Amino acid sequence: MEGFHAIEWAPFVLSFKLAGLTAAILFFVALPFAWFLSQTRSRSKPFLEAFTALPIVLPPSVLGFYMLLLLSHNSPIGQFLESHFGIKLAFSFTGLVIASCFYSFPFMVQPLQSGFESLNPHMIEASYLAGKSSARTLWSVALPNIKPSLLTALIVTFAHTVGEFGVVLMVGGNIPHETRVASVAIYDLVEVMDYEKANIYAGLLLAFSFSVLLMVYWFNHRQKMRVGMV
Amino acid sequence: MLKMAFERQLCGSSGKMTLHVNVDVNKGDFVVIMGESGAGKSTLLRTLAGLEDAYGSITFEDTVWLEGTKKLAVQQRNVGFVFQDYALFDNMSVKENLLFVNPDNEFAQTLLEMMEIAQISHRNVRQLSGGQKQRVALARALMRRPKLLLMDEPLSALDPRMRRKLTGQIKMLHERFEMTTLMVSHDVNEAKQMATRLWFVENGQVAEYPLSVLDTLYKEE
Repeated sequence: MEGFHAIEWAPFVLSFKLAGLTAAILFFVALPFAWFLSQTRSRSKPFLEAFTALPIVLPPSVLGFYMLLLLSHNSPIGQFLESHFGIKLAFSFTGLVIASCFYSFPFMVQPLQSGFESLNPHMIEASYLAGKSSARTLWSVALPNIKPSLLTALIVTFAHTVGEFGVVLMVGGNIPHETRVASVAIYDLVEVMDYEKANIYAGLLLAFSFSVLLMVYWFNHRQKMRVGMV
Repeated sequence: MLKMAFERQLCGSSGKMTLHVNVDVNKGDFVVIMGESGAGKSTLLRTLAGLEDAYGSITFEDTVWLEGTKKLAVQQRNVGFVFQDYALFDNMSVKENLLFVNPDNEFAQTLLEMMEIAQISHRNVRQLSGGQKQRVALARALMRRPKLLLMDEPLSALDPRMRRKLTGQIKMLHERFEMTTLMVSHDVNEAKQMATRLWFVENGQVAEYPLSVLDTLYKEE
């Protein structure tokens, strides 16, 4: 493995930076949303759920295309940001983070929502009866009781963002140190026929993804053993 | 003290029906509510606590809890509520369950001692027996010193010995804190020991019966 020393780590660093930021932002955005979905009796729930799940079924190119339209300097949002703050979103790292947040949204929302829905509703009501607001109940009662779901949500969102390819390529392009994340770098290497390096990159991502999933399943298994469910 | 005149739809095993509630409760009453399962006993308590919607009016002392469909939030009613399945906060210890409701350490300690669970106050609630859990739930329900205590079959998941013990403790708390209490129960014996008034929920109505009915029911059993 002499190629191992020649590895350029920048794409991996960029992937992890993107995934970490996305998971952190999504945690705060998706948490109240998942809580709302789990508690609401509103008729709008199926619509919101369908909308949330869209990134799972849509081809990444479709999502990437719309994101590009939304973020480009021809769109009202892109125009506003560029003229007022000098921020360019398309083909930039910031744009990637925004696109990733949309792309990975369901992976944060769904585990949290099903975690909340599995809680004893009487426990939530007991908190309201104790005079606590919905926000306080979420933070002090609901969230501490769904730790396995929380861990799943965070890690799967992180891993899924690392594994992102189509949307990244559409929105971010392939700019070294800016938008060339690991998955894009592999595509690049294969295009220039550098199979040896591509092999190392792919192997690393494979090992990473497997370890992450193993960690989630192992932790959840242990947690279930502890509360006597298995 | 407590005036209820409301109605609400029930979706029970016997199809859709309307529950009509038109009853008053006096201060210090211990009302035991009996009736077939699915008759609406729980719904009555839950509506009173503000956990369910209904149409009509509920006033407690001088406060309006329900008028038309407009209801006062659960958080603002300050009722003590005990669920059949305890509904404790699993992520907290016994004492934390109480202090979460009201951070009055001294009062929490008093209640724990009254319920004879002070020695397990630092244990996680997941590790407790059913009887211990229900005593924690009772103590927790009293932390905000409610004037109204609502209990939805609090003893039905417990064994006979623990039931007898808790029956005594509930009665003691009811008198000691001068509460007005409404309790759903299936157990005639329990009702005999605690009730000062008896309601039956049947055919979508709440009907009051004299306590002597309990003796007849007891003999039948």
